[in-house]
Amino acid sequence: MDILVIHLYNALLYASVLFLIAGGLSLIYGVMRIVNLAHGNLFALGAFVTASAVGQWFAGSQSAWLYLLLPAGALAAAAVGAVLEPTLLRPFYKRPEEYQLLVTFGLLMILEDVMRFIWGPYPVSATVLYEKMGSAKVGEWIYPRYNLLVIAIGAFAALFLWAFIYRTKFGVVLRATSQDMRRASALGVNVNLVYVEAFTIGCFMAGLGGAIIVPSQSAVLGMGVDALVLSFIVVVIGGLGSLEGALAGALIVGIIREIGISVFPEIELAVLYLIAAGVLLVRPAGLFGRAA
Amino acid sequence: MTTAPLAFETRSPLRILIWAAPIAVLLVVLPRAVDPYQTILLAYGLVMAIAVLGFNLLLGYTGLLSFGHSAYFGVGAYAVAFMVKYLHVESMELFVLGAIGASVLVTALFGYVCVRYTKIFFSILTLALSQVLWSLAFKFFWVTGGTDGLRVPTPKLLGVVTGESEDKIYFLAHGYYYYVLVIFTLCVALMWLIVHSPFGKALQAIRDNETRARFIGLRIRRYRLVAFLVSGVFTGIAGALWVPLNGLTTPDILYWPFSGEIVFMAVLGGFRNFTGPIVGAVIFNYLKSYAVGFTVYWQAFMGVILVVLVMVLPTGVVGTAKLLGAYARRRFAR
Repeated sequence: MDILVIHLYNALLYASVLFLIAGGLSLIYGVMRIVNLAHGNLFALGAFVTASAVGQWFAGSQSAWLYLLLPAGALAAAAVGAVLEPTLLRPFYKRPEEYQLLVTFGLLMILEDVMRFIWGPYPVSATVLYEKMGSAKVGEWIYPRYNLLVIAIGAFAALFLWAFIYRTKFGVVLRATSQDMRRASALGVNVNLVYVEAFTIGCFMAGLGGAIIVPSQSAVLGMGVDALVLSFIVVVIGGLGSLEGALAGALIVGIIREIGISVFPEIELAVLYLIAAGVLLVRPAGLFGRAA
Repeated sequence: MTTAPLAFETRSPLRILIWAAPIAVLLVVLPRAVDPYQTILLAYGLVMAIAVLGFNLLLGYTGLLSFGHSAYFGVGAYAVAFMVKYLHVESMELFVLGAIGASVLVTALFGYVCVRYTKIFFSILTLALSQVLWSLAFKFFWVTGGTDGLRVPTPKLLGVVTGESEDKIYFLAHGYYYYVLVIFTLCVALMWLIVHSPFGKALQAIRDNETRARFIGLRIRRYRLVAFLVSGVFTGIAGALWVPLNGLTTPDILYWPFSGEIVFMAVLGGFRNFTGPIVGAVIFNYLKSYAVGFTVYWQAFMGVILVVLVMVLPTGVVGTAKLLGAYARRRFAR
């Protein structure tokens, strides 16, 4: 029984991080109708910034204040997003989709090498945050407390985002822009500003995902490219542009992956992709998506 | 897609011959003039050109952007590697036939699923399905060699042993180069016939206005499926030709950034032109080889080129050259 709890925790841990990445991707698509292929690199950027803040700049420190450095990666990703949207992406909203995909693919290649340039080819880690918290007892098993913190942050982020989008004035403006950009603009909404904000929030979420996962893993080159494909699976299952969908998709992928790792490790990834393809066949817009 | 319908130019075969004959002669003479390294680079370029030519039947002529063409390239390459490892085949002709067979099977299956969608969903679905193959190649290492890949020795061309007595570089830069050149020429001719046939015209009609095409009575999904099939098989042939050049096949060629490179090549040359993908593939190959030799940050270099390209020259090298040519002609006519 206790082992089930551990599996559940692992699934939730995975789902939390995936929700943060895929939720950002989905939010950006929902508002701007653009699929950002470089989104995974912002996740990686968040991981690298937090890892080097904790593991390099403040190396050797054991202070509990180190936990305040966790959001550093998220803020860095948000800052990069706030610069990228007006300069690189804005000229492409009126162009055909293939150009949007291509410009973000070019951005992916550039960001990948920028990170290689700054941090070099070796992994960067911030394990002190992970080790400091110790483990909790689950029956006769132990489980790292830090993972529970990640789950809590994921849950809190989902709640916060829901409140932000459905309970604030900014959320109303955001949803209005996503439903009908021209009409929102006619009603006096500064669409350009909404776009920057939405893109920045999306990047912040991706960066936060990277920042909170990095103490238990390490930041390595290529982690962004891997993460992007997994978050594609999440948004395809949940529906592109839907945050509820991203949450449901992340939970489904988290659970299937946790089962897959112990039952069918070789075809775990293949099963995930096939499920995504199956969902697209039955419900092209995903479980929670609006028809395109 | 909102771009204005652009007609692909239809020229008389004679005028094309005036263009193509010098290039063909140049391609034939080249191995005698330059060093083997350059010839092998060009062979890589021609192989990729076949793949991008196939890819562009979907993007340029049918209006479907596939982000999963690495799958069909990889199927061609792995089909060859499996034939070497498990069936001990050595003949290049059998390799190509095997790759065609394997890519027909896989593209028929994937295409059947994918052509139900267009636009971004088509792109994501092709990407997801290609990653199924990547993860299988990656995880079933006892079959596929995992990240180590599978080695492919020098094949026999036309039943003649060519690789063992001579050194490999010489073989690749001469015998194999001409082999690639012949298949490349056949593929270009075949693709030219396809896009100028009634079938090709129907694809362009579907691309420009799906609803009208349906009213005329075209079976849209079936046309798209056949286009997908042809496209995937061309890319599969390229994969088969690529393996002996590279000597090794790894899961990298199934990973989705490789699909991105194929799209890159098409856009670099200009996907609204018949010759665009060929030019794009050859240029991309040179650019990448030199960038890799020049700096470890070649990826950023290529990324900047891609971004500038889609911002400033969306019609690619060939499209821009045509535009400049037309402009110059107008100036001189005055």
